[in-house]
Amino acid sequence: MNKIKSLDDLRKMKQSLEHGMNIREKSNSPESLVQIRVAMATCGIAAGARTVMNTLIEKIEIEKIPAVVTQGGCMGYCYAEPTIEVKVPGKDPVVFGNVDSKVAIEIVEKYIKNGELLDGIIPTNYQTINE
Amino acid sequence: MAQYKMHLLVCAGTGCRASQSEEIIVNLNAELKKQGLQYDAQVVATGCFGFCEKGPIVKILPDNTFYTQVKPEDCAEIISEHILKGRRVNRLLYEDPETRKHIEDSKHMGFYQKQLRIALRNCGFIDPENIDEYIARDGYAALGKILAEMTQSQAIDEIKKSGLRGRGGGGFPTGIKWEIASKNKADQKYVVCNADEGDPGAFMDRSILEGDPHSIIEAMAICGYCIGASKGLVYIRAEYPLAIKRLQVAIAQARDYGLLGGDIMGSGFSFDIELKYGAGAFVCGEETALIHSMEGHRGEPTVKPPFPAEKGYLGKPTNVNNVETFANVPVIFLKGASWFASIGTEKSKGTKVFALAGKINNVGLIEVPMGITLREVIFEIGGGIKDGKKFKAVQTGGPSGGCLTEKHLDTPIDFDNLIAAGSMMGSGGMIVMDEDDCMVSVAKFYLEFTVEESCGKCAPCRVGNKRLHEILEKICAGKGTEDDLSYLENLSKVIKDTSLCGLGQTSPNPVLSTLEHFYDEYLAHVKERICTAGRCKALKLYTIIADKCTGCTACIRACPVAAITGEKRQPHVIDVDKCIRCGACYDKCKFTAIHVQ
Repeated sequence: MNKIKSLDDLRKMKQSLEHGMNIREKSNSPESLVQIRVAMATCGIAAGARTVMNTLIEKIEIEKIPAVVTQGGCMGYCYAEPTIEVKVPGKDPVVFGNVDSKVAIEIVEKYIKNGELLDGIIPTNYQTINE
Repeated sequence: MAQYKMHLLVCAGTGCRASQSEEIIVNLNAELKKQGLQYDAQVVATGCFGFCEKGPIVKILPDNTFYTQVKPEDCAEIISEHILKGRRVNRLLYEDPETRKHIEDSKHMGFYQKQLRIALRNCGFIDPENIDEYIARDGYAALGKILAEMTQSQAIDEIKKSGLRGRGGGGFPTGIKWEIASKNKADQKYVVCNADEGDPGAFMDRSILEGDPHSIIEAMAICGYCIGASKGLVYIRAEYPLAIKRLQVAIAQARDYGLLGGDIMGSGFSFDIELKYGAGAFVCGEETALIHSMEGHRGEPTVKPPFPAEKGYLGKPTNVNNVETFANVPVIFLKGASWFASIGTEKSKGTKVFALAGKINNVGLIEVPMGITLREVIFEIGGGIKDGKKFKAVQTGGPSGGCLTEKHLDTPIDFDNLIAAGSMMGSGGMIVMDEDDCMVSVAKFYLEFTVEESCGKCAPCRVGNKRLHEILEKICAGKGTEDDLSYLENLSKVIKDTSLCGLGQTSPNPVLSTLEHFYDEYLAHVKERICTAGRCKALKLYTIIADKCTGCTACIRACPVAAITGEKRQPHVIDVDKCIRCGACYDKCKFTAIHVQ
């Protein structure tokens, strides 16, 4: 075990460790984060939602975007799986269909980072009981 | 490090462990592996979430799903539904008692909405046996910062500015305590952490030690630096095996990392911690008694001064603080004294942890900002009184505290307001009572405890409390007189004024406060011989329901004092004055014609 010999050592150690706690820290204030929900029902998983979710998690990690990726149940857009819902704070949620890893990266780069809309948006025509 | 998508936090505090949370952890891990998800989700054993009423708790992040009363056999469903398919298991979600709706996100639970967790910041959030998780949350950063950048007096000033007061009961300003200890010169000084949590029903210190032991180690080291001590001692009761184990693990880890021991973080400052076990005596919460117990002597208090800051453990300057007090210290340095001082009331800063117990829906551990009202605590966080009964009183401060009633519900809770209301903060036990509780019996219960726990050194406490208890027993047995009430009051005051230590000086408080707020109830006991709450067996009122009585005379023959009269086949009558409430008639009657009130 390497001893912590100075405050710098401790800070470096903290930086290398905080990564593992990210999910927990983020869950403390989900309202202020971009919330990405991946539909992970059977059909979504079959269509590759798991890979998409991994890609999204890696991408937001690399880009250091304050976002949290969660998984949800079936959203009902079976024709457009995998689907993801993106909720940027202060904006209405947007649902994207037919998301593969390439599209996922595009969504992060264009929509989440720059607010540009892109193809593949499914017009939301539902309300949730939370609204 | 693997990138987990989800974290499953499982409470591994004493309460939830008693309901098989260890088995839940094993099952969750096995199930993850079976479904090939062991790299997607991580199971973490954490400290207490506070919501002990509904344990064991499993919380799933990042979506803040809060599963309650989970059983080991539910684990397969949680993994296959929630983790694999993203569908919450509705039947395990917390159900709002009023709306009967399942609450998906723990942030929307009434229990958590008004809470502010500072001392409990890591409880139920990190794995207490993993120092890395503590460091990832800025652990030991306060110690590092102080050692590298602050002088002793600067650090003490910061604590003074924060307004932190001792959470063990007395509410003495922590910064001033540290300053006094720092000014006393000696070749060796000691930092003592008082983990001898003695109040019946209070378990915040245990939960902090079980859920976040590193915060206490860090704070003790900070205190050591401030007062110039290189040795720390934790006085912990042997009845807390899990807290002891977690503390031992944490101390070993801190030593491995060089955060305890010689030359901490290259500063030249050395500090190490040793555990001392107590046998669980209430009086050892008093600092001089605690020190004597640590030295191997009887746990008896001595007169102050000299204060421990002057002559404490082994005759050396010693600073004693309670667990919860220490738990606040690192945060004060990380976020700043002014941040801490912005929370709470004018003279009581920060938050206080309370152990909610008694006739309340959400029994558990809560942390709230000072200045919150009892109403908010009991009815919003606590979810109100059980079974829709009526609120009667709340006892705060344990055996040293008093009862607060309906008229105090809107008083902001802080050190001074509680004292003004005839109770005290104490260590934070809060026992809620409803209409079925007899206040004389409640006072009797606490006196029973103090009689048992009095060390016997000084007469007022040893003899006085015993007498108080006898009078209360007499009243509950229906043999009290009105004179007894004034005797109770006088004796209480004498004990308070003349006892040697905090135990005796506060032990009559339950009597005095119930006398003040529930005098009518005492009067009913001694004058009308009625216990309005129906608790005191000897004061039960037996009457005969005329419609049901067949006039069989069975009760007349059973009554040992000839209190029942009546002709054959005519309804009988009980003479209340003659009746000794033995219940013989009740047992004998075959027609349920005897009514007991």
